This record gives sequence, structure tokens and C-alpha cells, in this order.
Amino acid sequence: MDANIYREQIIDLYENPLNYGEIENPDFTYEEDNPLCGDVIRIDVRLDDQNRVAEVAWRGDGCAISQASASLLTEEIKGKTLDEVKAFPSEKLLELIGVPLSMARVKCALLSLKVLKAGAYGIPDPGTMRTHE
Amino acid sequence: MYDVERIRDDFPILKTEVYPGVPLVYLDSAASSQKPLTVIRAMDDYYEHYHANVHRGVHRLSELATTEYEAAREKIARFVNAPEIEQIIYVGNATEGFNLVAYAWGRANIGSGDEILLTELEHHANIVPWQILAEEKGATLRYLPILDDGTLAIERLGEFLTERTKLFSFTAASNVAGTITPVRELVDAAHSVGALAMVDAAQLAPHMPVDVQAMDCDFLAFSSHKMCGPTGIGILYGKRHLLETMPPFMSGGDMIRRVTFDGFVPNDLPWKFEAGTPRIAEAVGLGAAIDYLSSLGMDAVHEHERAVTDYAFEALSDIPGIRIIGPLGSQRGGLISFTLAGLHPHDIAEILDKKGIAIRAGHHCAMPLHQRLGLSATARASFYVHTTFEEIDQLTAALHHARSVFKLK
Repeated sequence: MDANIYREQIIDLYENPLNYGEIENPDFTYEEDNPLCGDVIRIDVRLDDQNRVAEVAWRGDGCAISQASASLLTEEIKGKTLDEVKAFPSEKLLELIGVPLSMARVKCALLSLKVLKAGAYGIPDPGTMRTHE
Repeated sequence: MYDVERIRDDFPILKTEVYPGVPLVYLDSAASSQKPLTVIRAMDDYYEHYHANVHRGVHRLSELATTEYEAAREKIARFVNAPEIEQIIYVGNATEGFNLVAYAWGRANIGSGDEILLTELEHHANIVPWQILAEEKGATLRYLPILDDGTLAIERLGEFLTERTKLFSFTAASNVAGTITPVRELVDAAHSVGALAMVDAAQLAPHMPVDVQAMDCDFLAFSSHKMCGPTGIGILYGKRHLLETMPPFMSGGDMIRRVTFDGFVPNDLPWKFEAGTPRIAEAVGLGAAIDYLSSLGMDAVHEHERAVTDYAFEALSDIPGIRIIGPLGSQRGGLISFTLAGLHPHDIAEILDKKGIAIRAGHHCAMPLHQRLGLSATARASFYVHTTFEEIDQLTAALHHARSVFKLK
């Protein structure tokens, strides 16, 4: 097992996340945690008048994989339509992460997408951020 | 003389390579312990030579199976110094022990306005059954706080134990902070207000001598799989007068004396609480595990773990950015939970895994405790009869390596 899941880009994104923060008056926002390991991610999205992602921000706490995944995902969906966001394939996100993951870690990797889609589909936001460094 | 190398030879799995050329360093016994060959063989022997149902056959195999099933109960009774063998109830695991007491005793004895006292250290198994009971009955759950070092705020017991308290259920050894609690003192405090006391011994029974009479507890539960035995079986101990007056938990075959179309008469203890064909192979395996631990001597086991834990505590303390959860010294069992600044526990566990080192990462089924400590997760290394100082050195080196992967200074 020399496949190194901690390739340079993952560590960089963990230390210097992209789109980290929050948006005032987002069109949708959602937060969820992975109760097995305590990873938590919140994503805020603002849409433009053509229903495209105009602005996206995320906050969270968790392992390098879950947090890097949120940076990669939010970067990728900028300018995409709401329908494209709803249909965003999980394979695509795993491809962006680009490292082989065990089953347990796939959950970490896909938490951001789960949160994004729940928000996109208009599911009411269940909670407030519990954990911050 | 405690010979750890000879003990390691008893555990076939310790010769496993988890990846080619990478031997196993198993530091996750608090989640589930590995099994000595004698336990594996005892279960094989049962299935190969005398498997049959218990308590009902007149044939030879059923008689043998019944004898071994009940002989294991006798060994367990001796192991925890229970006054009578009938006070040892086979359940699925410690979790089922708590559920049994919550359903059978709780539903008959807890009412609106009553209080159940737990502590902030508890595992979900000793929280959720009481939450369900309290909601159903309109009772209140309270939690004895911990201090920042992970020990209980004993001096505040008076605030939390009142005449409304009907039960105080607490862990004897925390699966996260490692805290060993003063069981007898807590039991006496519960009794002084007329409450019963239940002890979670899941992290105690594998590591230290247990004496239910010295503890004077009313109920005590533990799991086989954390103490060299198989999964799927655990033990509930209870005081006889309580077990006798409690209604059955599960119902069906084997737990009855007589059934008519109109009703039933429950069986005697302990079978009243053992409905259906029981866990026969598992009981045989647990009996073999008790024999194994007894052959090492629980005082010797505790002493060995104490030395390993002290060594690990010192070695880990030198790692930059480490935060060790829980107390120092004699109040700690054989495990160390920690966080490393700049590294999530999941990432630590993943990097260590590539070196063959198995640790646990997460909240260890103790989410409220983690919230109390302001943490979302911790990494946990736990030690057992076969843990060596060399393995602790490997752990320490791997943690330094993990920091370098994340470029931490």
C-alpha cells in the first residue's frame, strides 16, 4: 500500500482551503456531519438571476479528505446551474480528489456533496455549526 | 514472571501482516480485543464434537453442550466473585445488559419525576437506554460532571444524588479518558439516598480484577469480545432479589417454566432472562477466555498494562501539539486518547494504518463526552496483555511521521 492519499494538493487544501467562509443571505444553506468521525461541513450558495451559482462558501471541521473535498467541490460548481448542481455525480468529485480511498474514507470525501445537494433540493437546514477550532 | 513474548505466541493474529511486509501492531483492544488460540479452539471443538441444543435434549451431545454452557457461567461467576452462579445472565454484550435493566427493572420501577444519574464519561450504551426510559416515563436524566482532567467531580455528588434519584449508572473505566472511577465510593453514595447502582465494567473486566461483592453494586455489565472472548455474548450480573422480582426482558422458549394458551410461568434464574436458543459456542469461548485471563492473573495483567501505559504516556507527551485526554497515573486504565494540532484523528489513523498500526479514531461512542471536552473526535491507542514497549516506540515514531506528512513544524 504505497498509494499515498495525502498527496501534496490534499495537504495544501487542508491548510489553505478555497472558498472558506460564509455568505450573507444565501439562497440556500445546509449543514451536516458524519456522525462516525465527527466531520462537519456547512455550505452556503447564492444564485444569480439565471439560477447559476454566483457565490459559494463553506465552513467545516474534519479530516483532510473531507475538508479538501469541500474546497474542490465548491471550486468546481461556480457558474453551474442549480440543475447541474443537483445532478453533480459523486464519481466526478472522487475524480477531482484523485487519490484511492477506502470505503470509510469515501464517506468523508462525499460529505460535502451530500451537504450541497441537500441544500440544492431545498431541504431545511437542520442545525447550527457545533464545532470550530 | 509476566513474559509478554510468550503471551504474544498465544495470539495467532499477531503474526499477521496487514500489508505485504508490514506486521500488525494492534493498539485497538478497547474497541475489541484479539483472541488467544485456546478460545478459537474451544469454539471449534464445540462445533466439531458436541454441538447440540441445550437444556432440552436427553441425548449425549445435548448433555455435553449444556454442561459446558453452564460450566462457563460458573467460571464467570468466580471471575467476578458473584455470590451465586444464577446471578450471571448471558446477554449479547454490555449494551444488551443496560437495555435489559432499563426495560425489565426500569419500566417497573421508574416513574414520573424520578431521576436517573449518569456521568459525563459514559458510553452511548449507558446513555441511550436511559434516555428512552426517561422519555417514556417522564423521568429526568442528570449527569455528574467531570473535571478538566477527565476525573469525576466527586465532591459534587451531593448536588446530583437526591431523594428523587432511583438509579446511578456509571462506568468503572472510561473508554475515552481512561479514567478509573472509585466504584465502591459511588455505589455507597447511591445507596445512601436509596438509589440502586449499576456499573459499566466493559473497560474494567478485561483489564483488572472485578469483585461484585466488594463493589456492592446492584447491576454490572460487560462484554466478552473486549476480554479475549468471542463477539455476540456479554454478561449482566445482578443482585438476586432484584433479578427475581424483575419481569422477563425477552420472551419465548427456554425462559419459561410452563406455558398454556392463556399465559406462562417464567423459568428460574438465570434462564428467565435467556429466551430462545442461547449463544452456546460463544459461552464456551468466553469460558475459555476466562480460563486464559485467569492463567495470566488479572493483577499481573493490570500491572503489565500499567507499565505500558506509563511508558506510552511519557513517550507521547513529548510529541509537539499533542493533547492527551484524561488523567495521569493511577486513575488511568490501559488506553490513551489524544489529538494532534493540525492533524485530524482520521488522518492520523489512516497514516498509522499504512505502518500496520491499528488505532481508533472518532468519538468512540461517547459523543456527549467529546462535546464536553470541546472536541469532535480523538485518536485512541489502547493496550492489552500482548502490548510491548517496542510497539509503543513504533506508535511514537509513526506519530512523528504523520506530523511530517502534514508538514507540521
